Amino acid sequence: MSLQELIGAGTKKDLWGQPVLTAENVSITYEVDPPVHAVKNVSLTLKRGEILGLAGESGCGKTTLAFGMNQLLKPPAHFREGKVTFHDESGEDIIVSELVGEKLRRFRWDKISMVFQGAMNSLNPVVTVRKQLHDVFTTHRPGMRKDEREARSARLLERVNVDPRRLGSYAHELSGGMRQRVMIAMALALNPQVMIMDEPTTALDVVVQRGILREIMELREEFGFAVIFITHDLPMLLEISDRIAVMLEGEIVEFDSAENIYKNAQHPYTRRLLSSFPSLTGKRGDFVRTGGHQ
Amino acid sequence: MKFYVRKFAFYLITLWAAISLNFALPRMMPGDPATIMLSKMFRSGTPTPEQIKAVESLLGGTKDMSLWDQYLDYWQRIFSWDLGISITNFVPVTELIGSALPWTLGLVGLATILSFLIGIIGGAIIGWKRGTVLDHIIPATTLMQSIPYFWVAMVMVFIFSTSLGWFPNVWAYDAYGFSEPEWSWDFIKSVLLHGTLPAITIIISAVGGWLLGMRNMMVSTLSEDFITTAEAKGLRSGRIMWGYTVRNAVMPSIYGFAVSLAFVVAGSVVMEQVFSYPGIGKLLISSVRDNDFALMQGVFLVITMTVLVANFLMDMFYGFIDPRARHNA
Amino acid sequence: MPKNTELDITASPTAAAATENGAVQGEEIEVVKAPDAKPARIVRFGRYLKNNPKFTVGLSIVIAVVAFSFIAPFFTQNPRFYDNPAYDPPSADHLLGTTKLGHDMLAQLAHGSRGSLIVGVTAGVIAVILSVLFGVVGGYLGGWTDEILSLFTSVMLVIPGLPLAIVLSAYLSSRSLWLVALVLAITGWAGSAIVLRSQARSLRTRDYVYAARVAGERPLRIITVEILPNLLPLVAAQFLFALILAILGEAGLSYLGLGPTGSITWGTILNQAQTGGALTMGAWWWFIPPGLMIALVGGGLSLINFSIDEIINPKLRFAPEAAKRARKIEKRLAKRQAKKAKVAA
Repeated sequence: MSLQELIGAGTKKDLWGQPVLTAENVSITYEVDPPVHAVKNVSLTLKRGEILGLAGESGCGKTTLAFGMNQLLKPPAHFREGKVTFHDESGEDIIVSELVGEKLRRFRWDKISMVFQGAMNSLNPVVTVRKQLHDVFTTHRPGMRKDEREARSARLLERVNVDPRRLGSYAHELSGGMRQRVMIAMALALNPQVMIMDEPTTALDVVVQRGILREIMELREEFGFAVIFITHDLPMLLEISDRIAVMLEGEIVEFDSAENIYKNAQHPYTRRLLSSFPSLTGKRGDFVRTGGHQ
Repeated sequence: MKFYVRKFAFYLITLWAAISLNFALPRMMPGDPATIMLSKMFRSGTPTPEQIKAVESLLGGTKDMSLWDQYLDYWQRIFSWDLGISITNFVPVTELIGSALPWTLGLVGLATILSFLIGIIGGAIIGWKRGTVLDHIIPATTLMQSIPYFWVAMVMVFIFSTSLGWFPNVWAYDAYGFSEPEWSWDFIKSVLLHGTLPAITIIISAVGGWLLGMRNMMVSTLSEDFITTAEAKGLRSGRIMWGYTVRNAVMPSIYGFAVSLAFVVAGSVVMEQVFSYPGIGKLLISSVRDNDFALMQGVFLVITMTVLVANFLMDMFYGFIDPRARHNA
Repeated sequence: MPKNTELDITASPTAAAATENGAVQGEEIEVVKAPDAKPARIVRFGRYLKNNPKFTVGLSIVIAVVAFSFIAPFFTQNPRFYDNPAYDPPSADHLLGTTKLGHDMLAQLAHGSRGSLIVGVTAGVIAVILSVLFGVVGGYLGGWTDEILSLFTSVMLVIPGLPLAIVLSAYLSSRSLWLVALVLAITGWAGSAIVLRSQARSLRTRDYVYAARVAGERPLRIITVEILPNLLPLVAAQFLFALILAILGEAGLSYLGLGPTGSITWGTILNQAQTGGALTMGAWWWFIPPGLMIALVGGGLSLINFSIDEIINPKLRFAPEAAKRARKIEKRLAKRQAKKAKVAA
């Protein structure tokens, strides 16, 4: 059985382009002394099937925003204002920011899943990979039998190029790249419509990074989920994203297609960000964009 | 596998060290324990040459054997369960220990297990809820930890026995009603009645440590990334609490069980004195009072071996539940 | 080359909040003003005391008990003076009553405090020195030294401490305060040694230690200059722990009659109370005060230890506070929503 047959066909391509996740005037504050306004009045729309890059330097609020969109914020972080709406395939609109309790729990991972930064510590160290994949199914698909769960888990690992025999391994027995792939497999398990990836490749070396990026793009083609890809690596986003949002100190300062940003960045910060990455081609000392677009 | 072999070897070495320590102590300390014991024995009766030899072997004093030969002889006796005889009525040490050990194992063992469970589960619940009123229990239980067991026992006796008369304050069962332990419901009731105050004493004093340790580890673990992942996965909070958080947070408590158990043993030894509870602790104390060195060394050895076995079991259990430990060994 | 190299890669939200306006204007970045100079040390210490009730309470208790043990003996009767009426409950003459032998209880308590604290502190110091020796030296040096030292430590840990102390004391017919302290220290250092060893081992892999090694510094110097200062909070915590252990241990030994011969400590008072039948006679003033003192001093030291724990592990400090604050905010929001609903109705 193909993975498609096992977990479902994914979002049909003819739905691509419609909004799947909308954030309106979201503000998030860290209630410390003095309060830190990590996200200020941010609005953005994620379209079905697209890869939306969220770029910015450390501390600009991109991770906070991502966590806020999925209600994963922990005190002292506080979702002050705003609304996050999920536009389900079925046509129903779910206001994520108002979900509580059992409804929130059921919504999670099924509609939106996440891949976190530095999978070093994102897997439970004392429990096997198998158990961690299985518990997604036992929680969200209680009707599945044990052999079905096993089959799906094995196919998921295969799809991300991890040997299914690794199901019996523990987190510390896997390399960094393998762990990240396991995280991606786990995020894929319920065939979500949106995947939020927070610096999924930052802690890995460039070769592994490239492999994983390629897999993400292939999986997106196959299953049709939308991706919010968070990273500080703007050139990477230029290569893989459809649209890019640049964040600075809690606000989105530029939000355009990748091509437009590469060719014709409007905001001075975006331009400066682009000019900070050394270029591999061109003369020595050249940056991706020569400093200050004239 | 290597992990288990290593652990087993360690405990074997510790056993060897404890037995050798038992051999060396009477010979190292000032005074001549063997002579003291022998003179006492001669005063109260006539020991047989066998018994004299036993005393000398255990406590040192044989002039005609080299130290090494004494050492080997000592080991031989240990293997044949010969720990010498007590001054009182020349009863074999092993017999006295045999009748005292079950009481201690029963009371102290049960109370320790209860304290551990209450402490761990209580700490898990308090730590999980983070920042509620329950958090204020913590300083209180910690204060309780620094109170000496035996003083708590004294207070208990004063309040519940002397003043209120609810519980008896000596012995493990009604010594006047039963001449010998028997398997009757009355006897068991008597045992439970007599054991309540001592058990409560142990639980009150021991629970604080595990409670605090577990609560701190819970708070620590809850800020780990894999907990965030578990929440994002939409797992039920019960599963996150027990399968993810507790499962990880309980590790140091099990790992540090050795240290905690030392406290419990120490406390119980003294507590048995307060209640005149006929366990190993009381036996140790009375042997010290009577300068009954053979009995004293024998009891010390048995206490050490019991603690060793308990720690060994906990260590094995730890290896079983923490895959990283097995990996690193 | 880009003209303006002022891009601040490490801008943080806090810095943003500190500047005049958060957004970046044009090509210039405004220089963030340096924070005000820190106020005097004593003021900071006072503020620390205010914000950390655990530490303040603990420290006050300990200081109070120590002061009591130093000062009170000058103002009380001779504790061995026995010509008082026996078994007297507390009265104006004898604030804490008298014992069976006619000793004034307050005097006994005051002198007992001295005895217990002397034994406790001595034992604690010796124990900590042993722990550092076995733990830090072994943990840093590694290799065979570490294997042997840690094996010894582990063995000492498993062999039960108080029973061993009892056995050792039994062989020593006359025991001074110092000897008892020594016995307690010998039976109690193992636990701390293990903790210190694991920390020393992890410090060994830090860059600055490695740099010192590569620079050719001798191990002893590295241990004293690079490693020990970083272990200081932990060593302090272990010292306090050893103190508590020693005081409790001495109380236990003395209660069993194996304490310092001829001296008065809280434990010896309890021993006399037990043998003098205080429990059955209901003479609570005889055995409650010494136990309370032990509990107080132990509790105070534990509280101080907690505060150190919270310094070493900030997660313990912030998570519960943060959760509480969040709950407060939620309550406020809920109230506001309820008000809005009422107004709308």
